[in-house]
Amino acid sequence: MQFPLAGAPHLPPTKRVDRVMRQVLYALLPGILAHWLVFGWGIFFQIALAVGFALLFEWLMLRVRQRPVRMFLSDYSVVVTAVLFALCVPPLAPWWIAAVGMLFAVVVAKQLYGGLGFNLFNPTMVGVAAVFIAFPIELSQWLAPRTLSPGLPGFLDTARAVLTGQTGHLDWDGITRATPLDQLRSGAMDRLRIPEIREDAVFSRFGAHGWDWIVLGYLAGGLWLLRQGVIRWQAPTGVILATLVVATLLWLVDPDLHPSPSLQLFAGSLMVAAFFIVTDPVSGSATPRGRLIFGIGVALITLAIRQWGGFPDGVAFAVLLMNMFVPLIDRYTQPRVYGVQR
Amino acid sequence: MSQASADFRLHDFHGGLALDGHKAVSLEVPLASAGLPERVYVPIGQHQGEAGDLLLGPGDQVLAGQALTSSADDFEVPAHAPCSGTVVGLCERPASHPPGSRRRCIEILNDGRDEWVAPTPLKHWAECPSGKIVDHLHAMGLVGLGGAMFPTAAKLRGPWGAIHTLILNGAECEPWISCDEMLMRTRPEAVIRGGQVLAAAVAAERVIIAVEDDMDGIADALKKALAQQHGSLEMVIVEVPSVYPQGGERQLIETLTGLQVPGDGLPQDIGLLCHNVATAAAASDAVVHGRPLTERIVTVTGPGIQRPCNLRAAVGTPVAHLVAAAGGYRDGVQRLVLGGPMSGTALSSDEVVLTKGSHCVLALTDQELAPRPEPMPCINCGDCVAVCPASLMPQLLFRALAADRHEQARDLSLLECIECGCCAQVCPSQIPLVDYYRHGKARLGLKDLDQRRAALAKRRYEAREQRLAQQQADREARRRARAERLQKAGGARDEIQAAIERAKAKKRSGD
Repeated sequence: MQFPLAGAPHLPPTKRVDRVMRQVLYALLPGILAHWLVFGWGIFFQIALAVGFALLFEWLMLRVRQRPVRMFLSDYSVVVTAVLFALCVPPLAPWWIAAVGMLFAVVVAKQLYGGLGFNLFNPTMVGVAAVFIAFPIELSQWLAPRTLSPGLPGFLDTARAVLTGQTGHLDWDGITRATPLDQLRSGAMDRLRIPEIREDAVFSRFGAHGWDWIVLGYLAGGLWLLRQGVIRWQAPTGVILATLVVATLLWLVDPDLHPSPSLQLFAGSLMVAAFFIVTDPVSGSATPRGRLIFGIGVALITLAIRQWGGFPDGVAFAVLLMNMFVPLIDRYTQPRVYGVQR
Repeated sequence: MSQASADFRLHDFHGGLALDGHKAVSLEVPLASAGLPERVYVPIGQHQGEAGDLLLGPGDQVLAGQALTSSADDFEVPAHAPCSGTVVGLCERPASHPPGSRRRCIEILNDGRDEWVAPTPLKHWAECPSGKIVDHLHAMGLVGLGGAMFPTAAKLRGPWGAIHTLILNGAECEPWISCDEMLMRTRPEAVIRGGQVLAAAVAAERVIIAVEDDMDGIADALKKALAQQHGSLEMVIVEVPSVYPQGGERQLIETLTGLQVPGDGLPQDIGLLCHNVATAAAASDAVVHGRPLTERIVTVTGPGIQRPCNLRAAVGTPVAHLVAAAGGYRDGVQRLVLGGPMSGTALSSDEVVLTKGSHCVLALTDQELAPRPEPMPCINCGDCVAVCPASLMPQLLFRALAADRHEQARDLSLLECIECGCCAQVCPSQIPLVDYYRHGKARLGLKDLDQRRAALAKRRYEAREQRLAQQQADREARRRARAERLQKAGGARDEIQAAIERAKAKKRSGD
């Protein structure tokens, strides 16, 4: 009897790229849900816009590059990129933010570097960094959370604001509000001490206004990913541990000048980055120790940008900077090969 | 016989995979004989090494157990006839590896009488010098039965220091395979005895028998058999975790001793020697019963086999004969594998014959072989890094090899890859990584060969240049000598006179 030949191993595959990407999307659900409860409908518009533009650009580029369209469109990697981007922009950001962001994320950072698996830089962070630089005003206009808002914009108002960029009859000053990190930044510019800055209503007890709940949602999703074996512990641990250690030390030295460690960790996008951005396999390190170093580096650079930089939150720039070091990190953190003395 | 150390300290090796065993299915039925086919095809030179000279020709009568080939050194292992009958002659049969290749075999027409040569046991082996034991094992055709078929004698003696510990490898880590477990269950005393024989052959002080912790009652069976033996040899039975590839020689050594075999060395370099339990049992048979190695236990199993079981089968039996003995194929057989699912070789035909290293015939159906999706690009997830037992960076190796950067792959320790298949199994992009590594190693091997050839050619060229220069120098010297003679006083006249004399002499002798 004759049989077809095939290479070993002769077992069904255990893991698949598209399943991994889908699991990442599931893990984002708690955070998205919290986002919706705190800031209203905006997040869904942002996700829809980003995913739409991302798929469009991906399709176009795959056609241009003559790559198998269906295989790469169905791997969900571009959807993950888009959803993560949507989570980083203000809920009422106009549509061109998503368009420009995805242009840089998908076309420049991903496809021009060779598509899935070949990008040196995290596509989401390239997109975020691009819009941060191109549209600083739009990107600073965060909605006030439900607890501090005279009334969150409804579905139709949100749709009009996002799709036209016009606020219409919305009381823009009333419904927007500086985020805690914005407050810290402007307070520091006014040479205020931390306790004075924290008198503002956005700083209340933990969990009062919702930012913390969104972050806890990301944390829950991230821990689930860890349990599922989709991500490994080193990178998130590096980010969180380095943040806590450095922030605690500074805070102990002078609590008037430095925000508390919990504020550093729960404000801004450090937590979502710890579990969903820094863990990106393609643009991150592949060795266990390398991941730890990568995570620590992202945390340190983020804290430095928050302290001295020109942007309230520097996660995107921190990740991109660390992306540059990945080949070096990988080279010097290789495990010792069996039987080979170093 | 001491049997102490319940508190044997185990170590971890890096990586590995916990896989579903699927072993019970072939262990439920008792060990049976596959019976001899009408014709057997005994492979020649099936072991790593050369084939010896043929001792028999077409038409010769042969008895079971009779040597078919001679042996000039430890790497030429003699082959023996598994049955009595008539030698038909040499033929080429399909081989398992490399795919599509053929292997020289001696075809024997089985006369069904099963007449054996007189057994030649090694009497009083315990008092024999170790060299004599090794010679005997070699004459009985022993090779490593774990799969690699390395000549046992070549493993027992060589240019290394003293061996203090012999490890018997009963860690049968690949899914589906259960022949070693069946052997230890049915013949534990042969394994123990074989351990004593092999230890005596290298003067080892102690023997560790490693079995997997999910083997039901095997450790107890071995301990019972051990208790009935006498002797001063220290022997320990150790249960090791059933993690693939625990049965890899280097991994098992690390688990048991915490030591790593040097990358460019052998276990013998650190005083250890590792043999498969089946090799030990064969050594016992060879020494105690004087029986040459002509058969082994083979697991015939998988969802594509009617009655999965373990069979005693003669070396040289076609796989089809074994499958028939196990009830034949089931519907939907998609792939026939010689060996286990992780590192076995897919067969293109069931005409392939068993060698001494064939431990498993696995028939898989399309159900568990759900068509593998097209490979995606590597996403650098590092899952392969986490499972690699050699602590390599498989994804970097892949990138180097995919770009034909073979020297970079060598720098990334490609040659330390043991081809266990863990990386390919966990790869979310379904990249056939092991295929890349095998190909890369072959390319590096060719490149090294080319380099050696180039070096040889260069040496030859240089030797020729030197020779030519020497000839030139000699000619020059002669010419100078002549010139000097001519320049001496009256030199030219003397020379002419001498030439005339020579011509005259020649003419005279010509007359």
